Amino acid sequence: MGKTLAEKILSLKSGGDARAGDIVIAQVDLAFAQDTTGPLTIRQFQAGNFKDLANPGKTALFFDHAAPSPNRELANDHRLMRQFAKENHCLIYDIGSGVCHQLVAESLARPGDVIVGADSHTVTAGALGAFATGMGSSDVAVVFALGKTWFRVPESIKILISGNFGPGVMAKDLVLNLIGGIGADGATYKALEFGGEGLKNLKIPDRLTVANMAVEAGAKVGLFPADRVTKEYLSRQKRSEDFRPLSADIDASYEKTVNINLTALEPTVAQPHQVENTAPARELKGTKIQQVFIGTCTNGRLEDIATAAKIMKGRKRYPRTRLIIAPASAQVLLDAIGAGYIQTLVEAGAIIMPPGCAACLGLHQGVLAGGEACLSTANRNFKGRMGSPQAFIYLGSPATAAATALTGEITDPREVI
Amino acid sequence: MLKGKAFKFGDNISTDHIIPGRYAYLRSNLPELAKHAMEDADPDFVCKVNKGDFIVGGGNFGLGSSREHAPLVIKMAGVSAILAKSVARIFFRNAINLGLPVLICDTDGINDGDELEVDLAEGTVYDKTSGVKLTFSRLPEVMLDILEEGGLVPYIQKYGDFKL
Repeated sequence: MGKTLAEKILSLKSGGDARAGDIVIAQVDLAFAQDTTGPLTIRQFQAGNFKDLANPGKTALFFDHAAPSPNRELANDHRLMRQFAKENHCLIYDIGSGVCHQLVAESLARPGDVIVGADSHTVTAGALGAFATGMGSSDVAVVFALGKTWFRVPESIKILISGNFGPGVMAKDLVLNLIGGIGADGATYKALEFGGEGLKNLKIPDRLTVANMAVEAGAKVGLFPADRVTKEYLSRQKRSEDFRPLSADIDASYEKTVNINLTALEPTVAQPHQVENTAPARELKGTKIQQVFIGTCTNGRLEDIATAAKIMKGRKRYPRTRLIIAPASAQVLLDAIGAGYIQTLVEAGAIIMPPGCAACLGLHQGVLAGGEACLSTANRNFKGRMGSPQAFIYLGSPATAAATALTGEITDPREVI
Repeated sequence: MLKGKAFKFGDNISTDHIIPGRYAYLRSNLPELAKHAMEDADPDFVCKVNKGDFIVGGGNFGLGSSREHAPLVIKMAGVSAILAKSVARIFFRNAINLGLPVLICDTDGINDGDELEVDLAEGTVYDKTSGVKLTFSRLPEVMLDILEEGGLVPYIQKYGDFKL
């Protein structure tokens, strides 16, 4: 019997024959924490009296969730992390670098790696064929110390992609449809493994969006094969040497297969307060929106900002709808400046945030008031996430977000492009 | 034997219900953070809960963030175990890593306020109020060992490594 992507990677990293259901101990290629989970990770590391990092060069601390620090308490947390990085010689990505998952994709993740992060959206790096998963601070602290962790090898669900996106339809619409279909616990403890002839139409930024939200269906990982698209991306990032081809065996065993035809998708929105609560954007017309937020590890990449800029070029945002844009990394910000997108968006009435998580989790840079509604390109719309528990969060693609910013109500982007 | 009262919640209780992201600035001040446990699911939870009580969820309990502060504030509130029909995987692992038992069983028949007795060794939940006895799924050996030591960090301190 052949192996799924998850079984292949965990076999390689555990030095055995890893099969779904097995418990294995795997070597970890990269372990990281960010500024809201890092302080507890450091304290657990200290509580365990662990003296040294197993692999300082494979250990990273990111400053993105509250960056620059919005208050004293978080400034103290940042100081603790900087001190730990200095003493232990690990990698540090300080404020302004960008969102951890984007930086991991740009600079660190390799096909076949095992990556653990103290952040649930660590699954993002599955786009590059890495077995990447979120864990809590205790688990990550132990990986910092030992360079390894235990996994239950997940069963896999195959997602077979065919066709290509129509105008105004994006990877976000694909993943929202998938979660709406299988549910917020449709893949709990399992791997989502993407395949099919349509994969050639999903570039790495698209795959990052899809893998990022695998956890919103409960999945442990969202894995893509490492193919020509992956090779091109790593080459553009000047990391050709990090590429290695990776695919599942033809006779691998899957719990089930879900078929998705990209051509049949339409712009989709997740309604408050669950990601699985999806509907076509056109059915929500008339829903007033006070804030549009484009950014995050889900949709803060150059292609996302380009999509918004193209829709908004020469137009103005609706006067009573705020438009907040946060590039996912410094590289994205620089590229967006170079391409003229930032100028276009500021002229359209946008506010540009520093690279980081910005308004996503209610800490700063666009906190919502009670009764307000936000259309966000992020990955979660849980009650209270962006500020007031009486606020309403809708999730959509950058195209839907830009269209909504123009009209002040949820708008199918096909109406304005 | 664990004994206490059931605090019943519905499906899909997220880590933002348990400890909202807006309180991230309190994460290095755990006593203050713990005052907000379960706030967006039940604002009075911390006032009502007593040491030893149980949180009883529905499906997909603890979905969302990797923040270990979610099971941590539940533990600090005095909860002795979480019972649910299913639990999101990161939350599951985090709770066990802190020595907080998570028991997977059919919670539909348990009502808010029921008096429960949990026998971890036997794998049973006895609902004294309704008279119903439930069994819960056995944890993998590695998780039982971690729980036995009171959490992952003490487990690694004792053994120096994972033992399978």
